[in-house]
Amino acid sequence: MYVYDQYDQHIIENRVKQFRDQTRRYLAGELSGEEFRPLRLQNGLYIQRFAPMLRIAVPYGLLSSKQVRKLAQIARDYDKGYAHISTRQNVQFNWPELEDIPDILGELATVQMHAIQTSGNCIRNTTTDQFAGVAADELIDPRPWCEIIRQWSTFHPEFAFLPRKFKIAVNGAVSDRAAIEVHDIGLEAVSNDAGELGFRVSVGGGLGRTPIVGSFINEFLPWQHLLSYLDAILRVYNRYGRRDNKFKARIKILVKALTPEVFAEKVEAEWAHLKDGPTTLTEAEVQRVAQFFVDPAYQPLQDQSAALAALDAQHPGFARWRARNTAAHKKPGYVAVTLSLKPTGVAPGDVTDKQLEAIADLAERYSFGEVRNSHEQNMILADVEQAQLFQLWGELREHGFATPNIGLLTDIICCPGGDFCSLANAKSIPIAEAIQRRFDDLDYLFDIGEVDLNISGCMNACGHHHVGHIGILGVDKKGEEFYQVSLGGSASRDASLGKILGPSFAQEDMADVIEKVIKVYVEQRTEDERFIDTYRRIGIDPFKERVYAANH
Amino acid sequence: MQRIIKNDQVIDETWHLLAKDATLEGLSNCADLIVPLALWREHSHALKARDGGLGVWLDADEEVEEIADDLGHFQVIALNFPSFTDGRHYSSARLLRERYGYRGEVRAIGDVLRDQLFFMKRCGFDAYAIRPDRDPYDALASLNDFDEVYQAATDQPQPLFRRRS
Ligand code: HEM
Ligand code: SF4
Repeated sequence: MYVYDQYDQHIIENRVKQFRDQTRRYLAGELSGEEFRPLRLQNGLYIQRFAPMLRIAVPYGLLSSKQVRKLAQIARDYDKGYAHISTRQNVQFNWPELEDIPDILGELATVQMHAIQTSGNCIRNTTTDQFAGVAADELIDPRPWCEIIRQWSTFHPEFAFLPRKFKIAVNGAVSDRAAIEVHDIGLEAVSNDAGELGFRVSVGGGLGRTPIVGSFINEFLPWQHLLSYLDAILRVYNRYGRRDNKFKARIKILVKALTPEVFAEKVEAEWAHLKDGPTTLTEAEVQRVAQFFVDPAYQPLQDQSAALAALDAQHPGFARWRARNTAAHKKPGYVAVTLSLKPTGVAPGDVTDKQLEAIADLAERYSFGEVRNSHEQNMILADVEQAQLFQLWGELREHGFATPNIGLLTDIICCPGGDFCSLANAKSIPIAEAIQRRFDDLDYLFDIGEVDLNISGCMNACGHHHVGHIGILGVDKKGEEFYQVSLGGSASRDASLGKILGPSFAQEDMADVIEKVIKVYVEQRTEDERFIDTYRRIGIDPFKERVYAANH
Repeated sequence: MQRIIKNDQVIDETWHLLAKDATLEGLSNCADLIVPLALWREHSHALKARDGGLGVWLDADEEVEEIADDLGHFQVIALNFPSFTDGRHYSSARLLRERYGYRGEVRAIGDVLRDQLFFMKRCGFDAYAIRPDRDPYDALASLNDFDEVYQAATDQPQPLFRRRS
């Protein structure tokens, strides 16, 4: 993974110093709350229901074991022993004290971490495929490009006060695990017929109040021009994005108002001035960054299919876990393992300091000392030898990471909701738990197969409910917490937004509602049809009829 | 007397900033004036004929393209920040410097606070009218919040990746 040189280190240390002084001035009354707000947000610091919430950047989800240990220590020393993996591959702490934040940032800087631009109306952490660099279906490793974008976007002086937040995602694989089409800018690394590398560029996707799937405005942007083209997009947005209404301020609204074609023309016109300037990327720089992402010292191994199948036969629990929680690796004899942070009864994405220590330890022993966060709020050991899989499974079970539910109904994406978030209309964690309890029969869960169930506590959509195959949204009905259900969303390559099923439900009915929805699917599916496929074939009506049928 | 930061120093203000609805009536002939865009557009001849210095100021929704052909007439171009969170004029300043080659003073006016100065400086501002309730001497320190940067901008035309050794 990328390792800072003296320049990178210097910049984050400058930031710690700057923020220490800003915090001091705020506490001394020299900065008003309103003036401090954007400054602290650009350091990932929200003031929340019970305490500040600090969001720490995990660039494109990649962590070293040393960094994981530091996070464990921060969870212990400054939080109540918990950390939370966010849907943008970052890490959040819910209980730090404001006075301690500069010290926390100082600690993070010692392991090349920071909280820069993890919130606020600026360019946020760039996200990508959690299996980047190891996925069997990868065409181009997106990580060097993410790092190049990270550096370009860090303290970009022109774009620190955009109309609204701005998120960029990069994909380089056949499947789109980075959900690029629901980002402000989505980049897909591609090769043209001449074998040259470039990017397909989507703009104006996003969730939140007005969910929109992005539009591709450039089918092939040669890699040299990546940054100047991003500068052009951002400049058009910075100048012309709406600032009169924060709910209409995202780039998606501008792209829609202008139409993607006209927006693309404006970008082209701006880019004509910037193209071939000093920001044009050099071969040397791309190579400098790419060398940090070369393969680790893989052994020449053989796939262990027969041995693993034999273990499957002896240990049905292992077979189940292997079926769900491992993913194909590009190297023979290796496999990528997802640690489920979704056991029943734990807030999705929560880990304790002890678990983090255990993960760091496992990473060192099984996976070249590296860990990844996924936007589904799980953690990944990407480079495990197949021959060690059975032993690893045993250790994961001890630490509570072996729930065999990756991609299944109980692998729920869920925002903090009303338990922690002051913007919430309704709680979300208890809904996740009620659904997990209802579907605690593993055979049934496996039989249902792949379902993305996403829950947000309000229309800000932190839990990505629009792109869940099943989406749940907390709504406020005369001061009471209710839940709206939508079906048919998808964040993959065939991205689509869910359709609302009908009137909302009370909290205690939610597990029943989801059960009915699932029953319709199970009755109607053809062989090998996933939930989303059945839904697309039969439409929403059969679900509606069942769920709203009068109770007798 | 108001003080402003110019070229990293606090100096006495010598320019008069006219309100957005100012008219020609009663304008001094020899004072140094920063006039609103509307006045410039309507009365450029009269303003050019004066003896005093001339500057123009743009509100956040006014575009530099509107004065791109007139830059030679202005010793100062002031860019207004109605709120420090309105970032449009960061782009305006860069365009003035990098696209239109303006070499006179580019001044930040309005809700100008020390924590934004570093970014402003990078975008080509060289003068800052710090909000009157704040101390411009304190603000000087923030001009140097960072001593290394990644991107190319007005102050540093080469991105770090072309300068790393
Ligand atoms: C508890 C404090 C939190 C607050 C106050 C908060 C606030 C917000 C707000 C206001 C938005 C909407 C912005 C917009 O659409 O323009 C938003 C979006 C988002 N939040 Fe949060 N959030 C919180 C926690 C989280 C957590 C814990 C996660 C991850 C699990 C998260 C992930 C996201 C994501 C992914 C979006 C983007 C949706 C999109 O693309 O529009 N947030 N958040
Ligand atoms: S979706 Fe709403 S309730 Fe959930 S974390 Fe975001 S802002 Fe809070």
